[in-house]
Amino acid sequence: MKKTDAPALDHLHLEAALQLLERAGHALPGGRRDAAWLQGVIDGLCDLSSRDALTGLANRRQFELALDREADRTARSGEAALLLLFDVDHFKQVNDRHGHAAGDFVLQSVARSLQLCVRPMDTVARYGGEEFAIVLPSCQPAFGLQVAERIRLTVEMQAICIAPDLALSVTLSAGGAFAPPWVRSSGRLWIERADAQLYRAKGEGRNRTCLEPTALSMVSAEEKSLLFTTSAAIPFDDDPVAPSHRPT
Amino acid sequence: MNASASPDSRATARARIVAVTSGKGGVGKTFFAANAAAALARRGLRVLVLDADLGLANLDVVLNLHPKVTLHDVFTDQATLEQAVLPAPGGFSVLLAGSGLVEYSRLTPEVREKLLAVIREVTPRFDVVLLDTGAGISEVVLYTVSLADEVVVVVTPEPTSMTDAYATIKVLATQQSRRELSLVVNQVQRVGDGRGVAAQLQQVVDRFVSPGADEPVKLRLLGDVPSDAAVREAVRKRQLVVESLPGSEAAQAIGSVAARLAR
Repeated sequence: MKKTDAPALDHLHLEAALQLLERAGHALPGGRRDAAWLQGVIDGLCDLSSRDALTGLANRRQFELALDREADRTARSGEAALLLLFDVDHFKQVNDRHGHAAGDFVLQSVARSLQLCVRPMDTVARYGGEEFAIVLPSCQPAFGLQVAERIRLTVEMQAICIAPDLALSVTLSAGGAFAPPWVRSSGRLWIERADAQLYRAKGEGRNRTCLEPTALSMVSAEEKSLLFTTSAAIPFDDDPVAPSHRPT
Repeated sequence: MNASASPDSRATARARIVAVTSGKGGVGKTFFAANAAAALARRGLRVLVLDADLGLANLDVVLNLHPKVTLHDVFTDQATLEQAVLPAPGGFSVLLAGSGLVEYSRLTPEVREKLLAVIREVTPRFDVVLLDTGAGISEVVLYTVSLADEVVVVVTPEPTSMTDAYATIKVLATQQSRRELSLVVNQVQRVGDGRGVAAQLQQVVDRFVSPGADEPVKLRLLGDVPSDAAVREAVRKRQLVVESLPGSEAAQAIGSVAARLAR
């Protein structure tokens, strides 16, 4: 390939991009306007286009990307991954009673709580109006409900001061589903399954968590403990000695 | 194909449909299905392996096949069933799912119908049809298993594999009223170790599953297959261990399992 000169950056129209970055509070790249500088601008724009403007969480675009990637990974590795969807209960009432600015503040506060509840590897996103989503890679089915409940209760306990003398609290309904391990699926199907559980949580009275049952949830602790208690071996199907537990 | 019924041939006009499933992925289910198919073929049976792992099909990888025509093409009417049934290295036939079947990890009525139609069409031409299903208890796996006359659950002695296998057995006993399930214990340290694994599963079944059923649920131990360097080598070379290293412990063990399965 023919070696080309560095792009003539002076001829690029970057005003709109720089304005966007500045407005979003992004530190503009400094120094000489060279390729490294341009990379800084592009990185800033990428970051901006993957975040929700109100809450700063991952936006829907970024969320779907993370979700598809995780669905793909669990299909191959069989590792457990949990998707949680949260919906702020009766959010319309907050807007109606206290105004949309208060509503926005509530969403920002909930977003902050959610972000504080999870590990750095988890993706917290604003999924829709008052709906949030969290993708939790490497989350064991045994801990799914515990994790979801911890997040839900953290938000419930939080007092949100919408005015100097007015604090309110909100509750969440949560629905969750584990990615089907060893099955090639899609992020879209995964969302559908978590959404069905969120719908169930709403239907059962809100302010609660519903998770899709897993293979593990079919096996009780008692069954599990017996499973790992050694017992007399049973023979192969055609072994000459008749097994005691099988009538002959 | 020989359609005449010799006196000693099976009286049934259609193949026995055997689902090969597992609670957990990565236990060697597909590897076992392919090798058992080859072992059954050596016993003179006409065998078809249908790759029903619609989500994560990898029978083609195990057999080192690069199919141009797959089940997906049959489902979408781009090929006939005749074109999609391919000869496999072990002297049996395969029907591969292909990786274009992402959406089929969810079971729509169309997929149900198409899968059923395909199975109905192939069974008169074979003695045994092995359905290599996906792992776990997802809707698509349970449906595929429900189409089979009998079920083989592949399990390893590892705790998560045993727990998931138990969950599968429990679901099949309660939802599909299965009263006998066959068991193959893969990756045992020594031949015979599978007996202990089977016994542990059986005791939990006796205590927690059978009481809720009209008659006891029995696990039929078809055998175990030891962890064997020959298996690792065959997998790496994408060969069937019963073909490439027939004298190995694992190949012999699979032969014994096939003999019990053929009875």
